[in-house]
Amino acid sequence: MVGHTQAADCTEVIRIRGVEKVFQVGEVLVQALRGIDLSIRQGEFVAIMGPSGSGKSTLLNILGCLDRPSSGEYFLGGEDVARMDDDVLSSVRGKRLGFIFQSYNLIPQLTVLENIQVPLIYQQEDLEEHRDRCIELGSLVGLSERLDHRPNQLSGGQQQRVAIARSLVNEPLMILADEPTGNLDSQTEIEVLGIINDLNKQGRTIVLVTHDEIVSHYAHRVIHMKDGLIDREVINEAQGVVS
Amino acid sequence: MISAHFLNTVQLGIKSLLVHKLRSGLTMLGIIFGVCSVIAMLAIGEGASFEAQERIKRLGSENIIINSIKPPEDNQQNASGNSFSVEYGITYKDVSRIQDTIPGVERVVPLRIIRENIRFDRNQESGQVIGTLPSYALVHNVDLVAGRFLTPTDEQFQRNVCVITEDLVRKLFPYQDPLKSSVRVKDSYYDVVGVVDETGSAEQRPQMGDSMGKAVDNNIYIPLSTARSRFGEMLVNRSSGSMSAERVELHRLIVRLTTPAAVISGERQIQHLLNHFHKKKDFELIVPLQLLREAEETKRMFNIVLGSIAAISLLVGGIGIMNIMLATVTERTREIGVRRALGAKRKDIIVQFLVETVVLSIGGGLIGVVFGIVVPLLVSWFADMKTIITAWSVLMAFGISGLTGIIFGIYPASQAAKLDPIDALRQE
Repeated sequence: MVGHTQAADCTEVIRIRGVEKVFQVGEVLVQALRGIDLSIRQGEFVAIMGPSGSGKSTLLNILGCLDRPSSGEYFLGGEDVARMDDDVLSSVRGKRLGFIFQSYNLIPQLTVLENIQVPLIYQQEDLEEHRDRCIELGSLVGLSERLDHRPNQLSGGQQQRVAIARSLVNEPLMILADEPTGNLDSQTEIEVLGIINDLNKQGRTIVLVTHDEIVSHYAHRVIHMKDGLIDREVINEAQGVVS
Repeated sequence: MISAHFLNTVQLGIKSLLVHKLRSGLTMLGIIFGVCSVIAMLAIGEGASFEAQERIKRLGSENIIINSIKPPEDNQQNASGNSFSVEYGITYKDVSRIQDTIPGVERVVPLRIIRENIRFDRNQESGQVIGTLPSYALVHNVDLVAGRFLTPTDEQFQRNVCVITEDLVRKLFPYQDPLKSSVRVKDSYYDVVGVVDETGSAEQRPQMGDSMGKAVDNNIYIPLSTARSRFGEMLVNRSSGSMSAERVELHRLIVRLTTPAAVISGERQIQHLLNHFHKKKDFELIVPLQLLREAEETKRMFNIVLGSIAAISLLVGGIGIMNIMLATVTERTREIGVRRALGAKRKDIIVQFLVETVVLSIGGGLIGVVFGIVVPLLVSWFADMKTIITAWSVLMAFGISGLTGIIFGIYPASQAAKLDPIDALRQE
């Protein structure tokens, strides 16, 4: 047990212990999470699956530091983030996490390049200094020709690729993807998942929420949730664990 | 570093506003009109009151002016058709009475004012022949342009000399040097010894010139003794079909008191004295000091009214901005959620939206300042009115517009920052 904890300190990106989340909906208390234990190691590709209402979105929100657990512990990169206040959580999100959303969520009035730069603004970074790197990220996702386009001039797949580039700009500990291919056709879905998979191969830790079986095949480990608890974990032998 | 970051935020704000150009433009209109109207109205008001005060100041704040006026009952007699000689007005006796009995009187300058045609060569202008003493120059602002004013010697020897106003010079002497010429009034010639500039002293203007709406001063000053001997005291007025004669000794007195404080008590005492010796109400008192105070009071009231109008229009403009920003916040809920997820603190969101409102209001303010400067220029160009654009009115209007942006931006911005990132992201 002790040895396990020590090992975890070196490679664990996420350690969650006994996390519960209770929402008050009118007079009724709804328990969305009923005690989750979860560890995610550096370089892992984890998929979280489950029917709606199973608590997977709530878990993702807590993992993404968008929400705080009602009780339990959450260490992100060795830092206790369960009790942090709003401002500190904001900077944790900005520094350590990358987000990919189902509906891309690009900022419509900004160009592709500017969208990629958005997380840097809130880290008080000098945008000029990072400009070359942002352009590189743009070409990494195959959009070097379209850096000055606006989101509405791009296809869904292209928009999602911008979002992927944006999630990488702050060198995050972990990328959280919420149904990243939910709005895409199957051809583009494969392209986007390919990019995400490549990122994982380069050592990025990825946590992906989906209810698509095919998507989950890319992950090393699939966590199935049910009624606010982890129902079962499936190790995907074909992918193999990078550690 | 921080300033670069701030510049970035401003840039971002402008970009967001440019997404809805028409909407942003319309929102700014309120502020544009507000700022423009404040500056323009203050400029026009300032110009008007400046002119009024200049005019009054020229009368002298230590002076009391007494004018002879035709009593109303005499007018009625004339209207009935009888051609009558009427006698009214201030007399030479009044001069010595005032000089001897009223305390604080420095000097009294009597004036005889006769409307007559003034001729030189073939040029002719209607104007006022003013008979007065050399001391007139001591109680009234007389800007000598050339030559000299009347002297005691002129007075003593009833010399046929005159000092004429610049306006008259321009009309009568287009090519000649007035100082080497003489003008003719009725049958007498007067050598021109001096030229004075009197523009702006409305009190001296011929009444007819005024009704034409043009500021002209066709005055010629001659020694009082000369005026007395050449024109007599009976003035005959021939107008179509009827004839009337008036007997007036003096048309105006300028009473100079030693201090402005003496003016107030002096006015009451002169009023009292003249009432005692005049059975008819054939004189009026003008106290420039009082007029000046009234003008200042009027200006103060005017500024208060303007201030309220400005406050209301900027308030309305501010509410317009707030309204649009609240709509914008609702519309951009998802963007706010995304930004929060990507690391924006509540503070960053507040700054973002506040910057947008301030850019709107300051942008509107700048445009308003431009219009506010152009409009008074147009007014003075087309309406021939004096306008004075004061720096403080521009700064104030501009400052208030910026302040309006901040005040009315705080609420929408805080609404935006209050949004829970999860809820904001979920918003469609």
